[in-house]
Amino acid sequence: MERTDERTTGPEPADPGDGAPATERTSASPLRIASVIIGAVVAVALFLVAFDYLRDPNANRATVVGLAIVVGVGGVFLLFWMMNRVVDLLSERLRERVRPYVFVGPALVLLAVFLVYPVFNTIFISFENGNSTEFVGLDNYKFVFTDVNMLRSIRNTAGWLILVPLAAVSIGLAFATMADKLRRGEAVAKSLIFLPMAISFAGASITWQLIYSYRSQGFGSNIGLLNGIMLGLGQDPVKWLELQPWNNLFLMVIMVWMQTGFAMVVLSAAIKAIPDEIIEAARIDGASELQVFWRIMVPTIVPTIVVVTTYMVINAMKVFDIVFVQPANAENNGTVVMAERMLRWFFQLNHNGRGAAVAVVLFVAVIPVMIWNMRRFREQEAIR
Amino acid sequence: MSATPVSAPIEPERSGNVGDVRTGGWLIRITIIVIVLLWSIPTLGVLITSFRAEEFVNTSGWWTALAKPFEAAQWTIENYRVAIEGQEFGSAFMNSLAMAIPATVIPITIAAFAAYAFSWMEFRGRYVMFVTVVGLLVVPLQMALIPILKLFTQGIMLGDYIIVPDLDLNQSFVGIWLAHTGFGLPLAVYLLRNYIGSLPSSIIESARIDGADHFTIFWRLIIPLSIPALAAFAIFQFMWVWNDLLVAYVFLGGAGKNIVLTVALRNLVGSTGENWQILTAAAFISMSLPLIVFFSLQRYFVRGLTAGAVKG
Repeated sequence: MERTDERTTGPEPADPGDGAPATERTSASPLRIASVIIGAVVAVALFLVAFDYLRDPNANRATVVGLAIVVGVGGVFLLFWMMNRVVDLLSERLRERVRPYVFVGPALVLLAVFLVYPVFNTIFISFENGNSTEFVGLDNYKFVFTDVNMLRSIRNTAGWLILVPLAAVSIGLAFATMADKLRRGEAVAKSLIFLPMAISFAGASITWQLIYSYRSQGFGSNIGLLNGIMLGLGQDPVKWLELQPWNNLFLMVIMVWMQTGFAMVVLSAAIKAIPDEIIEAARIDGASELQVFWRIMVPTIVPTIVVVTTYMVINAMKVFDIVFVQPANAENNGTVVMAERMLRWFFQLNHNGRGAAVAVVLFVAVIPVMIWNMRRFREQEAIR
Repeated sequence: MSATPVSAPIEPERSGNVGDVRTGGWLIRITIIVIVLLWSIPTLGVLITSFRAEEFVNTSGWWTALAKPFEAAQWTIENYRVAIEGQEFGSAFMNSLAMAIPATVIPITIAAFAAYAFSWMEFRGRYVMFVTVVGLLVVPLQMALIPILKLFTQGIMLGDYIIVPDLDLNQSFVGIWLAHTGFGLPLAVYLLRNYIGSLPSSIIESARIDGADHFTIFWRLIIPLSIPALAAFAIFQFMWVWNDLLVAYVFLGGAGKNIVLTVALRNLVGSTGENWQILTAAAFISMSLPLIVFFSLQRYFVRGLTAGAVKG
């Protein structure tokens, strides 16, 4: 893969500037040109050897790890260094015009391959049938907007989009503001809130089983905390994850738990960046703490709130793992969400067209968020 | 705790408003403690369960261990031994390292070069390119998996080098590095451009006047100055790659020698069913490294992540 990458990015800097003849016109000595070429050949050869070794399933694990790190980390720097040397061979006039494309080239190529191409490919597939052999027009989209589970997933996703960012950002902001006032223990408190960020979704689903788990009478004692509390209160245990429609909320709690730390850390930084004088002045003028919060702090950090909220909305839109890995059946329990539907149709029900159509609808739904952020970027650019 | 009058002189700057805050001081402290406790409960459950013997895990809730912490019979480290030995957890840990370190460094390097160009170089299409890159933030990554998988297999069959028919991508670290790089780039470029773009232009201009070329400026000046942003994104990307199940499952496979920790964890869920004590021990092993990374780099995290946003 490294090779194809190098190939696609390699010639690019030369393209806009008509590379080959330009090389001859330069004042670069043949020795320099030769050294660059030999360097490139040796680098590619080394990559090939390392690449094969990395694929060897019987190779020693520690060596593979070491080699992977050297090749992966060293390779990318070498790539830029080589390309930069090649640009140096160009004529003075072309050099500075080509160099920016060398700097952004690899990023653009990778993005084109890994994100832009899939978007177009998916749009294409969404107009085809299950195994992508026939053109079926808008059938898949008709399915997306008529199927019972699809409609429910659209409603549920809307719920995730609104409630998760709202809860995570509000709790994060409140916590950051309050922790800022602590004399000590601020770092500890913040670290504990941030901790769940380090847990994978797979880990989180295990973790929350210890809260939500249900065992019916005669199948062992209930080891989920919530049902432990219910029993302690003399109530019957509850199947939390099958309790419609509240089970959606219970799943959202998992995501809020994981993401609040991020919101809190970033918002806390924004709060600390507010100049002390402004807040002191307001207090001297007799503003209450609540007024300071709503009239001064919040308006000052609106840009940060926007960034954090956008990030959360996008994450909530992409959420599938939490629903996907739950032992309870998402369709029967009404906890379906769009990203989960997309994967289900793609990978389990093997209908590419429907999966792709869900993906496209999801993508279109994000466009307003995207435009909003573009505007913000343009404004920011104007200030700079 | 209530030593406010004593500690007030130590922090003279804040003492001016302590009068107003003090009434709410207790309320704030209690609220914070309550939230912290609520947030810690699930993790605490995992921690306790992972150290309890099987018969205790299955007969009593993990919280009951808190009531009788000195009953030695219930505690054990056996779970960790079983988790590490079974399911090739040790090799999965190494694989996760081999996947995650390059998959963190490659996007950072590529994004840093791009962010520098977007911030300090003049070229045609700069704005459009940058906006496109940021726009790609919203592409759901799941959408890309199938086309990429197809591309990978076809690309290999079309190539003129070593073609092995059964050589699918579940053996290729390079493939997953590139995939994670592609998926991580939009956020990386966005964050790093915010930061690199906010560096004072005077530094770059004076270096230009002294005759430094862009590569030198980037390597000698921008990279050292951007350490907070680079570290922040490194934490972010590392945690994401390390914890990712989907991409690893699709590109490295669900079984075999190259499986990573999350996949091993998932297999463990499948094979051991409701063996909570093993699952929680495994979960704890898998989250140990991200936690170490975060806590050792956290002082950079905030500074680097918010440079552009706060200024905004």
